Amino acid sequence: MKFDDITIDLASQQMLVKAEQEGIETVWDRLKAQQPQCGFGLLGICCRNCNMGPCRIDPFGDGPEKGVCGAAADTIVARNLLRAIAAGAAAHSDHGRDIVNTLYAAAKGDTADYTIKDEAKLKALANEFGIAAAGRGNNEIALDLATAILEEFGSTKGKLQFINRVPEKRRQLWEKLDILPRGIDREIVECLHRTHIGVDNDYINLVLHGLRTSLGDGWGGSHIATEISDVLFGVPKPVRGSSNLGVLKEDHVNIILHGHEPTLSDMIVYAARDEQILAEAAKLGAKGINVCGICCTGNEILMRHGVPVAGNFLQQELAIITGAVEAMIVDVQCIMPALTQVAGCYHTRIISTSPKAKFPGAEHIPFDEHKAMETAKKIVLTAVENFKNRRPEKVNIPDEKMAYMAGFSVEAILEALGGSLNPLLDAVKSGAIKGIAAVVGCNNPKYKHDYGHITFVRELIKNDILVVGTGCAMIACAKQGLLLPEAAREAGDGLRAVCESLGVPPVLHMGSCVDISRILTVAAAMANALGVDISDLPLAGAAPEWMSEKAVSIGAYVVSSGIYTILGTVPPVLGSPNVVQLLTQGAEDVVGAVFAVETDPVAAAGLALQHIQKKRTALGL
Amino acid sequence: MKQVMIDVSRCLGCKSCELACAVVHSESKSLIGSVFEKKKPKKRVCVETGDKITFPLQCRHCEDARCIDACMSGAMFRDAETQTVQVNPDRCVGCWMCVMVCPFGAISQQREENTVIKCDRCVNEDVPACVQACPTKAIKFIEIDAFSRDKRNQYLINFRFAEEGK
Repeated sequence: MKFDDITIDLASQQMLVKAEQEGIETVWDRLKAQQPQCGFGLLGICCRNCNMGPCRIDPFGDGPEKGVCGAAADTIVARNLLRAIAAGAAAHSDHGRDIVNTLYAAAKGDTADYTIKDEAKLKALANEFGIAAAGRGNNEIALDLATAILEEFGSTKGKLQFINRVPEKRRQLWEKLDILPRGIDREIVECLHRTHIGVDNDYINLVLHGLRTSLGDGWGGSHIATEISDVLFGVPKPVRGSSNLGVLKEDHVNIILHGHEPTLSDMIVYAARDEQILAEAAKLGAKGINVCGICCTGNEILMRHGVPVAGNFLQQELAIITGAVEAMIVDVQCIMPALTQVAGCYHTRIISTSPKAKFPGAEHIPFDEHKAMETAKKIVLTAVENFKNRRPEKVNIPDEKMAYMAGFSVEAILEALGGSLNPLLDAVKSGAIKGIAAVVGCNNPKYKHDYGHITFVRELIKNDILVVGTGCAMIACAKQGLLLPEAAREAGDGLRAVCESLGVPPVLHMGSCVDISRILTVAAAMANALGVDISDLPLAGAAPEWMSEKAVSIGAYVVSSGIYTILGTVPPVLGSPNVVQLLTQGAEDVVGAVFAVETDPVAAAGLALQHIQKKRTALGL
Repeated sequence: MKQVMIDVSRCLGCKSCELACAVVHSESKSLIGSVFEKKKPKKRVCVETGDKITFPLQCRHCEDARCIDACMSGAMFRDAETQTVQVNPDRCVGCWMCVMVCPFGAISQQREENTVIKCDRCVNEDVPACVQACPTKAIKFIEIDAFSRDKRNQYLINFRFAEEGK
């Protein structure tokens, strides 16, 4: 099939043919137009941090070896890396802050539309934060909890609360290295300070602060986003739904929620069930309203409601190209500015909702949590009214559709295991499950769409590695049927038996990209149960098709937490052999884990297996 | 026959041509691979800055090549098939006469071997690497007549705009 060299996804191939016939430019065309991409940028050796520059270092030693200020490749590469971590940590953490702000407003009674959905989780978190719960109302507890959590951003306590989930050994290590995050915002601000001209020039010192900042994301901002979303929207439980572009319905009003935060999207799921609006849709000849997701907004609502997910990052334009989408509602992160141009060729309306993210050419309906349902209904109604503008001759929805089972929060995993981690630990000890790999991250058009995720995951489960994951990686797995209990047939005998006895898939979808915090929580709990450090466990992490700065922060906090991490696309650090050495070898002696870069997913799986075997041997398993 | 031609107004001085030149002359022929090679590949084109202009300079493969005349060992020669000026490093004795006579400074030193090194016009490639790498199309691989025709067209456009007072 045409385009099978750029995506393994049949629905996407079909839409690319349509795009070509209709003259629509997509991300792949733009990548081609960008060739060749700047070699200095690819190697991370250009610096624009001051106006004496821009400067670049000659990687072949034939030209300048220092920037105007005197910074050499090590400093420049490390500074650029630090800024990427800062941006990634900022994105996750600011998302977390917004969720807490909503909890705060709900607790104060300022917004009637949000309530405490999960009392047990609220009380568990209150207990963790030392907030009295006995004899107090939910709102009273939630107000104290929200206040305490907002404090974590500019903490004066000198330490983040969720760090206490980390095994003692690891906490001591971070303390010794002086990389315990002191406050989420503080570390991000300090990144920008340190990378200003003439501040931190020591690449080791810079990278260490990068690790600290990323820990403020993983064990701070992302943790907060996950935990408070659970309080407000419910702790995910195993749920079934369907995936890929075939979830769009020809006779329905199709609304796609795209972006990252659950605050508005959760409300839209309910607004689309409003009888008055449904009647309006019926009047226009639609059989109903079909709300679907893309990217991590999609993951948030699929985890909690089993909402169909139309695709992952590289399918955002393709969804519009079906000609069947009445509105794509976006909030923040990973939303291509190109969407408005693609939508301009169809009837699709792009509706931006966050004051932080406006898109030229989009309609802006500002989301206000104080009038959440009112805003949500207005947005859904806008989509419904657009149904009449649909041009049937332009509609072509691929048939590809695959069922999934998702919703594996830590709580859901514990429940599946009968209340304790022991059955999982026993399976690991017996070797039925050799280890656990977390597969996360984006798509990247430089890499064949979904190929890295799927090939890597299939190799792992075949070799009895349980896969957990989040983000676009898991949407890729959903589309290939790997999130179904039946996929256990593709697993090795040991993993297959465990999955079949529990009725779970061999690949557990744990949520959106901030929900990697759930994976950290499980890893920490496993280490605590065994009385070892996280770095002693037979675990591995991978981001086979990563592209965003958030992924850089994720990689950094996963490695700092002691988990070996394989990147499937090459990070822009190769201009400094010293930084490369530190990240891929030196870090082992510092945090007990390193990065590896392997673009071939089969070879990458080999690396993961080798690492897991090494850890098993060291544990005497 | 196509020649490497430069549109000076388009050069932003990004040095992408320099990197691509070094990479195409590396063992691995890839940017990432060449970073890890023991012997760093060497560029044959230099982006130089003059009075308000930047310009990628490489061997012009002159018809009447002074470097060939100046070479006493016969290392510098004209390739019969491609009509380009090439160096046979095995014959180069490192006298640097060619470097002195080249009006463009397009010949440099291969330090380890103590021989000269210059643009070979990527004769094994369809299009020279510097041309492929240029993001603004300042470096073109084009027939001379086509280049001058483009220049004439550009002149006419500018002439018309000047007439219209734009």
